[in-house]
Amino acid sequence: MDSVYEALVEIVGPEHVSSQPEELFIYSWDLGTTEPHRPDYAVAPRTAEEIRKIVQLANKEKIPVVPLGGGLSLAGLAVPFKGGILLDLKRMDDIIEVNERARYALVECGVSQGKLTAYLERHHPHLTHSEPGAPPAATIAGNVVIHGQGDLAHPYGFNSDMINGLEVVTPTGEICQFGSCAIGAGWFTLHPLPDVGLFLGWTGTTGIITKVSLRLFPCKKIRGMAQFVVDDEDLVPEVFYKITHTQMVEDIMATSQAIPPFSSELHHFTINIAADSEKELEFKLEIVFDDTLGEYIHKGDGGYLGFIRGLERPQLSKTSDWRKGGGFEYVGSIMPIEQYPECYRRGKEISERHDIPYTVLARCIGTAHAMMFSWTYAFNRADPKTIEHAREALHETDDLALELGGTIWKPGLYGQRLVMEKLNPNTLELMRKIKQLLDPNGIMNPGNWEAQ
Amino acid sequence: MMALADFEYGDTIHRCFRCGYCKFPVDWTDVNNCPAYARYRMETYSCGGRLWLTRAWLSDEIDWTAHFAHIMFSCTACKNCEAKCPLSFNVDILNMITAAKGEMVERGTIPPLVKEFLENIQRHGNPYGTPKAKRGDWLDGMGLKPYQGQDYLYYVGCIGSYDTRAQEIARALGAVLDRAGVSFGVLGVEEGCDGNDVNMIGEQGLFEVLAEDNIAQFKDLGVHRIVTLSPHAYNAIKNEYPCYEGDFEVLHYTQLLQCLISDGDLDISKGFEARVTFHDPCFLGRWNGEYEASREILQAIPGVTFIELEKNRESALCCGGGGGNFYIDFLGGSPDSPSRRRVREAHETGANILAVACPSCLNMLEDAVKSEELEDKISVQDISEIVAKACGITA
Ligand SMILES: Cc1cc2nc3c(=O)[nH]c(=O)nc-3n(C[C@H](O)[C@H](O)[C@H](O)COP(=O)(O)OP(=O)(O)OC[C@H]3O[C@@H](n4cnc5c(N)ncnc54)[C@H](O)[C@@H]3O)c2cc1C
Ligand code: SF4
Ligand code: SF4
Repeated sequence: MDSVYEALVEIVGPEHVSSQPEELFIYSWDLGTTEPHRPDYAVAPRTAEEIRKIVQLANKEKIPVVPLGGGLSLAGLAVPFKGGILLDLKRMDDIIEVNERARYALVECGVSQGKLTAYLERHHPHLTHSEPGAPPAATIAGNVVIHGQGDLAHPYGFNSDMINGLEVVTPTGEICQFGSCAIGAGWFTLHPLPDVGLFLGWTGTTGIITKVSLRLFPCKKIRGMAQFVVDDEDLVPEVFYKITHTQMVEDIMATSQAIPPFSSELHHFTINIAADSEKELEFKLEIVFDDTLGEYIHKGDGGYLGFIRGLERPQLSKTSDWRKGGGFEYVGSIMPIEQYPECYRRGKEISERHDIPYTVLARCIGTAHAMMFSWTYAFNRADPKTIEHAREALHETDDLALELGGTIWKPGLYGQRLVMEKLNPNTLELMRKIKQLLDPNGIMNPGNWEAQ
Repeated sequence: MMALADFEYGDTIHRCFRCGYCKFPVDWTDVNNCPAYARYRMETYSCGGRLWLTRAWLSDEIDWTAHFAHIMFSCTACKNCEAKCPLSFNVDILNMITAAKGEMVERGTIPPLVKEFLENIQRHGNPYGTPKAKRGDWLDGMGLKPYQGQDYLYYVGCIGSYDTRAQEIARALGAVLDRAGVSFGVLGVEEGCDGNDVNMIGEQGLFEVLAEDNIAQFKDLGVHRIVTLSPHAYNAIKNEYPCYEGDFEVLHYTQLLQCLISDGDLDISKGFEARVTFHDPCFLGRWNGEYEASREILQAIPGVTFIELEKNRESALCCGGGGGNFYIDFLGGSPDSPSRRRVREAHETGANILAVACPSCLNMLEDAVKSEELEDKISVQDISEIVAKACGITA
């Protein structure tokens, strides 16, 4: 029996560590197009203390540590490119505290989006968090690590802007806290202490987040989705701009897709509206659809398709089944909203070149400060040719995102290289120094953000 | 040896995206509603893990190992995954897992306990390996009549016939049916295994033999209506036997008792004081959509305060006993075992009785109550026993 395995068993117990081919196989795969790489060990710790010991062991042995949440980020971000210890963090899934009055939830890193949603619905119906459209198994920590965005991105921004505090195990095995919690106060604010930018957006290369204090927001009694459609992509940016001016809505997304063919080339807005009373709802619908979007409706440029009560749980993974193929991956970008028409047109061309039905989506971030624009490419997991096509389309789209003046959101290795090539050299050098300082042995999620 | 191309679901199995919806109950309370994943919390033990591993195995990307077999046979066939997967192939998820188990059976590469389970059934007609001659022992002193053309055949099944604790519920139900004046008979030592769990283990050949033998016997005896103690037998007779020309009217006993009570043919007015919660058995609930009969019975009993478990009906967490696991017990031995999780959930409701309607759930959950040291807080009782008490048959 190898000594690392034995040491890991000592730390987490025999049932939570494996070097068996089945676990190594499963944890080698991302759900998207990234080639698999096997870890040497799969470990499912339960506490920050266990993680601390694992990290210390990894430093001693100079072997990689790759944190994994829901594994749903789709860009190969938790593929153990250089082997080592794959840390499945989903056993750390306690909701530690919900502070109703200060509106935050303190959760362990492996708490899933679905669990937090269900918990709040049941125990704190006046509160909600900004839930991403990812499958509910996505974790809170995995989402903030990659600067995710949820259904409150319009009023409140990126999910990583909603952090009140973090607990992190550093790559050298210290457990640190950031925010008001670090001075023994509650987990109610991140500022004004030195910030935690060292851990967000780094895809687990600078440490393992073990606790997150996440801001919660008022959950109104009535929540629902209104639909609005335009047939001209050039109108989309101003529609976004005008809706955000009303400050009456929660989430705003525009989508366009080739399937079903009858609505191909149309641009569907999904606009989430919340209200505590019928009066408030009526008022908001009137402001948004009569006063603001009425002009498009009257001119015949846009159509109001109605308001449906209740927020349907996203089931975007259905995208994977379009061609009964079991797979898709998307490039996400953070982009000025005015680029919507170009993003759409150029993305459609890429899809057509690769014989993939096009799917694009834009979500408003902040008060139209930016959008997350994504291009999705479905593939058939059983057909390597289609995977190759999707991979090529993704790479072309990474290039496109930068060409159009955006940044790539949660880039995979290819996109990371493109971003680093464009990065201000001093910034890149600072990143390298930070990484060297925090992770002298280079054990954390190697391959990612390797600024040479 | 079968390759992916020859696998019945070879053109479907790659459609699993491994998105993990199938780990959840309906309302997303937690990721522990696949009992095997709840127990081991490694992706391999999730439904998606099983599908990806099966595909890899049939494509020669991984070899068969004892660990792989453990992963596959730890699936309890609870159907939570099918209920939650948003993709249209979801109707075949369990068929795929069962077919993979079947392929292992075919290749003779199954875990020793599974082999023992199947061999016992083949040789003795029950998983315990107890002589067939003892199958009727539960009847001793009961005075129940053998089936001779009565309205109902009361089919007890292996667990109710052999397991000491389950025999008590087999007897309780016999007494209740008797009290209600139902015309029924039993097969006693002549009864065979219904084969439901053999089928879930993927041993199609043996299942066919068992089903055909039972069907022939039922037909010889002129059986038209069957009432079963176990939801597992109910499922096999209702959904599988028709494929072998075995068309019988079959009821789970809770369905019959609910009719008897609502028609005024069973007097439960004696009642008793208790706070009762109910664990939905997978083979009644998710497999057959029967969620109401048990609840209506419990709510009709004077003195009973009925409390729902948080995860109920379609969202119920399996006890961990299906797919032969009540015998092979691949999910036992840990506070994370589904039976122990379920018992803790039941305790949290404040109930002092956890009602079940299945001998397998009874065994699994009663053992879990002991492991959790909750004996003085909550007891596991089958609805047959609860009704027997409400009728004044037992104290
Ligand atoms: C259908 C679909 C729809 C989606 N929609 C959205 C959406 O609307 N909004 C959105 O934001 N995202 C979306 N996503 C992307 C992604 O699924 C989510 O952002 C998700 O929250 C990522 O979390 P995860 O737990 O799956 O992270 P993982 O994929 O497990 O991890 C992401 C990265 O973070 C690292 N990591 C994970 N946990 C930790 C930790 N505790 N400490 C340090 N590093 C860690 C990993 O190593 C990896 O590099 C979608 C994905 C899919 C498949
Ligand atoms: S079975 Fe369905 S829900 Fe489960 S991982 Fe596969 S695709 Fe997702
Ligand atoms: S049937 Fe139950 S145990 Fe088997 S994979 Fe599905 S959810 Fe898990």
